[in-house]
Amino acid sequence: MKILTSWLREYVPGIQASDRELADNLTLRGIAVEGVFDLGPDGSLFEMDITTNRVDAMNHYGIAREAAIVYNLELVPLSASCNELSSRAEAERSEAAVEGPAVSAFPVSIEEPTLCGRFTARVLRDVKIQPSTGIVAERFGLLEQKLISNAVDATNYCTLAIGQPTHVFDLDKLEGGIIVRRARRGEKLRTLDGIERTLDPEDLVVADEKKPLGIAGVMGGWDSMITADTRNVLVEAAWFDPTTVRRSSKRHLLHTDASHRFERGADFNAPPVASALVSRILLEAGGHQIGALTDVIIPEVQARTVKRSPIIFSLGEVRRILGPTEDPEGITASTAETILSGLGCTLAKNGHTSPHPAGSAPSLDPSRAVIIESVHSPTSDPQSYNVTLPSWRLDLEREIDLVEEIARVYGYNRFRNTLPAFAGSVVELPHAEKEATVRRTLLALGWTEAISSTFCAAADAALFSSQPNSAVPMGNPLSEEAGMLRPSLLPGMLSMLLLNLNRDVENAALFEMGTVFSGSPERVDEKPALAIGATGNPFTEAEVTFYDLKGTLEELLGKFSSRSLYFDNLQLPSWLHPARSARAALDGASVAWFGQLHPAEAERRKLKQTVWIGEAYLDRLYKHKLRQPVICELSRFQPVQRDFSLLFPNWTSWGSIEERLRSLELAELRSFKPQEILREGKAIPAGHFSLLLRVVFQLQDRTLRDDELQQFSQAIVAAMESIGGKLRT
Amino acid sequence: MHVSEIASGDIPPLSGYSEDQLDKAFAAISGEVEASSAALSTPEAIEAFRLQWLGRKQGRLKAISDAWLKSAPAEARKLIGQRFNTLKAEIEQRLEHASSSHGAAGLDAEALASKRIDVTLPGARRQLGAEHPVIRTQNELLAIFARMGYSVSIGPEVETDYYNFESLNFPPGHPARDTQDTLVIAGQDRKPLRDRLLMRTHTSPVQMRTMEQHPPPLRIVIPGKVHRNDAADATHSPMFHQLEGLCVDTNITFADLKGTLDHAMKELYGSSVRTRFFPSFFPFTEPSADVQISCPFCGGSGCRKCKHSGWIELLGCGMVDPSVFEFARLKQPAYDPKKISGFAFGMGIDRIAMMKYGITDISLMFSGDLRFLEQFA
Repeated sequence: MKILTSWLREYVPGIQASDRELADNLTLRGIAVEGVFDLGPDGSLFEMDITTNRVDAMNHYGIAREAAIVYNLELVPLSASCNELSSRAEAERSEAAVEGPAVSAFPVSIEEPTLCGRFTARVLRDVKIQPSTGIVAERFGLLEQKLISNAVDATNYCTLAIGQPTHVFDLDKLEGGIIVRRARRGEKLRTLDGIERTLDPEDLVVADEKKPLGIAGVMGGWDSMITADTRNVLVEAAWFDPTTVRRSSKRHLLHTDASHRFERGADFNAPPVASALVSRILLEAGGHQIGALTDVIIPEVQARTVKRSPIIFSLGEVRRILGPTEDPEGITASTAETILSGLGCTLAKNGHTSPHPAGSAPSLDPSRAVIIESVHSPTSDPQSYNVTLPSWRLDLEREIDLVEEIARVYGYNRFRNTLPAFAGSVVELPHAEKEATVRRTLLALGWTEAISSTFCAAADAALFSSQPNSAVPMGNPLSEEAGMLRPSLLPGMLSMLLLNLNRDVENAALFEMGTVFSGSPERVDEKPALAIGATGNPFTEAEVTFYDLKGTLEELLGKFSSRSLYFDNLQLPSWLHPARSARAALDGASVAWFGQLHPAEAERRKLKQTVWIGEAYLDRLYKHKLRQPVICELSRFQPVQRDFSLLFPNWTSWGSIEERLRSLELAELRSFKPQEILREGKAIPAGHFSLLLRVVFQLQDRTLRDDELQQFSQAIVAAMESIGGKLRT
Repeated sequence: MHVSEIASGDIPPLSGYSEDQLDKAFAAISGEVEASSAALSTPEAIEAFRLQWLGRKQGRLKAISDAWLKSAPAEARKLIGQRFNTLKAEIEQRLEHASSSHGAAGLDAEALASKRIDVTLPGARRQLGAEHPVIRTQNELLAIFARMGYSVSIGPEVETDYYNFESLNFPPGHPARDTQDTLVIAGQDRKPLRDRLLMRTHTSPVQMRTMEQHPPPLRIVIPGKVHRNDAADATHSPMFHQLEGLCVDTNITFADLKGTLDHAMKELYGSSVRTRFFPSFFPFTEPSADVQISCPFCGGSGCRKCKHSGWIELLGCGMVDPSVFEFARLKQPAYDPKKISGFAFGMGIDRIAMMKYGITDISLMFSGDLRFLEQFA
């Protein structure tokens, strides 16, 4: 929102501060000036960012009121009259005149009294529709606001000035008096933006006896708009129910200046003032008012807005919530009184029968006179007040709202910085250490952490779901490619690998730890998962293989305690290469699948290189405790190493060799490993491979004897022969 | 007594097997060893000395063993053997001494120079993986708050309308909901509003979930991923990370909030950083504030990073709104807003990371681009 300082200063004469100082002082009080632009002799233009709760400050007069509080100055009162009558008299008259349906010159009937709390109508005849001149044209020029015609500009000017939306009708297009009612089913209205809309029975409309004229508080209708030929005008200024306006605005995707203000709660007392302001501007070009202002007030709504019950406010609560200030005196009764009355509140000290005059002269807007009531407070706090709230601050409802106002106006930065005492302990999340271990292990093994999108395409969701039809669709997805909650981290991993390959980054080893989702619209389950993905030669000069992934998983899973960890290639998911992939099982439960991405998938995704991926279910892994190291006594006796050069048929797996060796149950067999495997070479018969098996024997309590070693060796050779092995000679 | 008939090489035969005679004979050899070890200044000379004495076939020690030991009568062997071992030890000691003093004294600088390596070539690095900047920043923040007594709390990324909005004082149909455009799960229309599922727009729902589980006093920080239906640009992503904080106890004040955040920012950016607080609006706090820190890059004098203002806006915070406590109280009666008070704060972890590392495009952090990620290794 843009604000002209020259306009502000007209409402609060006597501000000595420069525009920049004014900007800083407003910002410190939550009326944020985001930018100050010098307009030379015309002062400055402020670019404002007003928080959504402060609709009262979304106009020049509202910000002027804040400036008046800052500098403790008087606000210039606004006139509610077209004929230079005293504004107070006019306000009083309008209030006294009408209770319930009005008897007035122009007929107005409110059929939905809870949704339209006040409606004013003023008839102006023989007006001249022409381009705006004078101060309106000047200010619109500075604000870069589009000029339309004096009538429309007058309503926009009014919104900019005091924040009250108004509307002008071509009176001659109206058939009968104004009726504020709900739209009828199927009723149509062409709005000012030229779009024909089908109204909803929930919409509130301003209508004449025959047809709807506009969506209340949102936008007027095309057919009754002001044209160059308009001679007679009806000026509308009303108060509409915030929720109703908001719903209509959302329903018709029509966010307007008017709806923005009404849905945040307009000032119930403003319509007569706004009507007068619009009329004065329009009458400058000619014409005259016919009859009195029609002003229909619904007392029940008035009771909820202007005549709200006072709230109890105590200085004790201010101290309890806000704490100590830099100034040792703190927030005194007189400080609080000055601030609250400056905001337009009326204070009655607890127990007093007459309102307590505020500490300093309140900068009240007389046209928006607040009702002063004597109240009897139930509390006995000597520093407690009954506070009557201003009509333009519907956001103030509770004691805490006033505490905030005190802090805001007093200045947040005038409170001390203290640290609260604490008698408790810091508790770690149950899986924090496990999660940290997984991350630390992968980083140490050379995998780089990445974060990818929470969403994926429907096809990927189907491919990577662990159960069919368990992926959860989004109601308003960001894009088609992000239509589903990811059931797996792998779609993200594959797009990250693809991105790298497409940028000529050919060596990559990435991991991601994140949430995966499954379920239905009724219930969504979230689980922690881990994805790894590698391509090229990210670790060494050699190209990454299955065994790099397996080694990583062995290292990682080995950090957790278990009775067994094994790998097999049963029940492989369809996204994996059927012959170059595996499942890892911890104590019999599947915890990870990994291997080469299925070549068909790789081709479909246009991956230029072989890609290795894997996914681990961290929720299953976290069920295991972290492995606690247990020390094994170091033997003082020499280990003995023996190598066996063996030939095996190709179908023999290392797993079966390992199993056979373990079945020997030789306590002296400390360790064994495949030292070298050759699949081809001279002296390797077709259909065979050669294995150099390295074993280490050792005892805790003595040196092994030659005859024992010989015996073990024979046992090993015999075992290998029993599964098809042959000692090479 | 008789003299050995088999004299080997130029080893003089022993004159007899008395200890005296043996000592004399070995002393003569020892003198010979000393003499021949005088000029052990090059590796070649040392090798020649080793061969001369210890050579397996022609070494003099072998000759002595052949000439003196093997032919000796059994009763003399022990005596000769002892002296032989002493002699052997002496030779080995001299060899060792020559080799080591040769090295230490740098006697052959030329030989060393010939082994020169290029120390400016790159090291053989075994690369660690790179920590993600968001995770790294998150861990740093969690550590800071842990030192101030804050435990970590987490919650689901898919939330109900009740926890994400209603219980945080965003009533249905309230304009404040417009500030957080929401991604919703499909198929929710038939449910009551409060049960509808959505992607949480902030980590604040975990405040309510934690209060429902634990009575005060409470000090928690909540890290996590959040989503909004926002168009992506250099500084906005539909997915980002927040760190939320909540402190509830008797007599927690706005001054405590200020002091806590001021302290945390000093820990994060150094003790010279200052904070200042501006009124703001969040439905679940009152009073609410935006916090700026003096620019840690220019110290407040103005630079590109702070848009020449000297200040950077970094977090939102406020005193917990009493109506939020009223919602918590439905499950934990101890959250009586008349008796307790508290503050909450929230910050964008991504934004802090971007500022810290000079990242200008948030989407880089969620792309997996290694050229970017590797810089955090």
